[in-house]
Amino acid sequence: MQKSLHIDPAKCTGCLQCEMACSYEHTGVINPSKSRIKVFNFEHEGRKVPYTCTQCADAWCMNACPVEAIVIDAATGAKVVKEATCVGCKVCTIACPFGTVNYMADVGKVQKCDLCAGDPKCVSACPTGAITYVDADWTGLDRMRAWAARTNTAAVAA
Amino acid sequence: MGWNRKVLRVNLTAGTCNPEPLNMAWANDYLGSRGLASKYLVEEIDPKVDPLSPDNKMIMATGPLTGTMASTGGRYTVVTKGALTNAIACSNSGGYFGAEMKFAGWDMIIFEGRSPKPVYLYLENDKAELRDAGHLWGKTCWETEETIKASHQDPLIRVSSIGAAGENAVLFACIVNDLHRAAGRSGVGAVMGSKNLKAVAIRGTQGVSGIKDFPAFLAATNAAKKVLADNAVTGQGLPKYGTQVLMNVINEMGALPTRNHRDVQFEDAGKISAEAMHEKRPTDGKPHLVTNAACFGCTIACGRISKIDETHFSVKNSPKYWGANGGLEYEAAWALGAANGVGDLEALQYANLLCNEHGMDPISFGATVGAAMELYDLGIISREQIGVDARFGSAEALCKLVEMTAHGEGFGKELGMGSARLCARYGRPELSMSVKSQEFPAYDSRGIQGMGLTYATSNRGACHLRSYTVASEVLGIPVKTDPLVTEGKAELVKAFQDATGVFDAAGICVFTSFAWTLADVQPQIQAACEGDWSMEKLNEVGERIWNMERQFNLAAGFTAADDDLPPRLKTEPAKTGPAKGLVNGIDKMKPEYYKVRGWNADGVPEKATLERLGL
Repeated sequence: MQKSLHIDPAKCTGCLQCEMACSYEHTGVINPSKSRIKVFNFEHEGRKVPYTCTQCADAWCMNACPVEAIVIDAATGAKVVKEATCVGCKVCTIACPFGTVNYMADVGKVQKCDLCAGDPKCVSACPTGAITYVDADWTGLDRMRAWAARTNTAAVAA
Repeated sequence: MGWNRKVLRVNLTAGTCNPEPLNMAWANDYLGSRGLASKYLVEEIDPKVDPLSPDNKMIMATGPLTGTMASTGGRYTVVTKGALTNAIACSNSGGYFGAEMKFAGWDMIIFEGRSPKPVYLYLENDKAELRDAGHLWGKTCWETEETIKASHQDPLIRVSSIGAAGENAVLFACIVNDLHRAAGRSGVGAVMGSKNLKAVAIRGTQGVSGIKDFPAFLAATNAAKKVLADNAVTGQGLPKYGTQVLMNVINEMGALPTRNHRDVQFEDAGKISAEAMHEKRPTDGKPHLVTNAACFGCTIACGRISKIDETHFSVKNSPKYWGANGGLEYEAAWALGAANGVGDLEALQYANLLCNEHGMDPISFGATVGAAMELYDLGIISREQIGVDARFGSAEALCKLVEMTAHGEGFGKELGMGSARLCARYGRPELSMSVKSQEFPAYDSRGIQGMGLTYATSNRGACHLRSYTVASEVLGIPVKTDPLVTEGKAELVKAFQDATGVFDAAGICVFTSFAWTLADVQPQIQAACEGDWSMEKLNEVGERIWNMERQFNLAAGFTAADDDLPPRLKTEPAKTGPAKGLVNGIDKMKPEYYKVRGWNADGVPEKATLERLGL
């Protein structure tokens, strides 16, 4: 079964444990500035929103890459940057409509979420369940369940 | 190692920024943050220095766990000689600023001297520059943060700044970071203002790379996070209700200081409580509380994000306050509310917003208003002098006075001196509810006896965050003690004071101690830091920090006579509630405490105590 990151912004408190876990996994340093998941704080609305790559099936970044440095991880479906191949041309960062591929000036390559080979560290680091890793075909399951719970209430009342 | 081993020394007089290695021998004795920065301060300044003179220094410091996965590991402290207290000051703040300092590669920043003109420090990793702040002077903390981010075209910069209060030497001015977190107490913002330092702006992209044993660190931090999640206070109460969960609890106990401590229970406590923040308002059908929020790395998330009622008289013509913003914590809700007899939640939120916006400590501000209201009630100051009908309970007066104090207008200038100087000025010094000129926080020591000793002996003036015996006396953490008796409180206060020093020095939040003991913190420090960090050593570090701070205050001129409570708490019994008829037994507890501390009858550490601690 392929899985997918699922984000529920209503549960996010803005603690940045996900950014720490992500950066440590990929760089060996606790460094949110290198995180591939980013929490945005909309101060005046009281909303905090974690955001990262959704792993498009037909991925703009992959299609745009002139050197085929972005490949599909068959096991997870993640679009993964092969650093050895990447030439740092940044075309993928322009092609991605969501901004989730970014250039790292210090190494001259791009980086994006690779789903940590199927064990996303942001998920295990999140203390509130705002980020989960669920069946890719059923990302709507929780929402469906919530709405389902509101139907046929007559049976409960009876 | 949890440290970056790097200190930035900023000489504001000369306009220089120079790196220097962290003194690792001191780090081994004082751990970090509060402990280590205080060691630097006591080594570098004359204890008798005028806090607002260029000879005072101000240190912003992180701990070894700041900027790591350790839950709540985002704290930083501001250590200096306090403008309000003339004692050693250490104010602690969360938000994201502290972690950013660590990510930029620094453990602490030492500010010395005074800049000839307003400046701000811009730190981008190793690059440190003092920049002109002429265009920022006069701006609020919120405008300052926004302006700096815009001018650098970098929304990821973290900013700590002072507002008008710090610029104008309001003695309880604080330093605000990330819009609504603050190094709040003892007037550290006034010290920053006296140095013509408007803000510190940091962008750090280096991260924390030096954790000693990362697998062990992850195991330790994960185990400790589980303890927080499984605990009823840190796992459920604080996320849902925030510290405001205490309002009704403390009121029921008869320990909610009301109308400048005339009463110990507030008839409108329910209206300003956590529960009230969850209720839908009749005016707009929305609850006051929008959501909770966490500081960096915090898995508790006690922070409040609120929306004020747009139709409230205080803001109906000021849309800029209508958005979601930092909400009321228990201390602010008490100081702005019960301490003045004001039961209007929206008015308290307005006053709280102005305190954040202009950089004032809401505890000392609110309690000073309480003292002024009593002076007014007694006919000692008139309506003409104050410029408003300052009756106890007047939400209008509170809102007017917060504006006047923030802007330094009229009677606001007098309020900006704090309650001790205000009451002394009008010939009634005993009406200031303070110790070492710092106003009490939200617990009446007639109903929670240990807090009387906590306040009287706190090295930074009256404060609940130096030994929160409320945990034991009210909540039964780690063991339940009787709040109405003095027996055993000397030992309890010492134990809390020493342990709190370690939490502060590590760079974590003291709120974790609702669930964690030092035994939960120790494995995290041990895995992060080089060297041996046994329980025995950590206990000794805590005690060493306390005695070092004490030595500084004694050298600054404080004596045992300053370890005392205002006469009201010693002679006017609580009128209602479980503590009815009781006064605080400070005179009984104090000699016991000195003995437990290994101090002589004058409160001076014995030679053997100092030698044992290597002081």
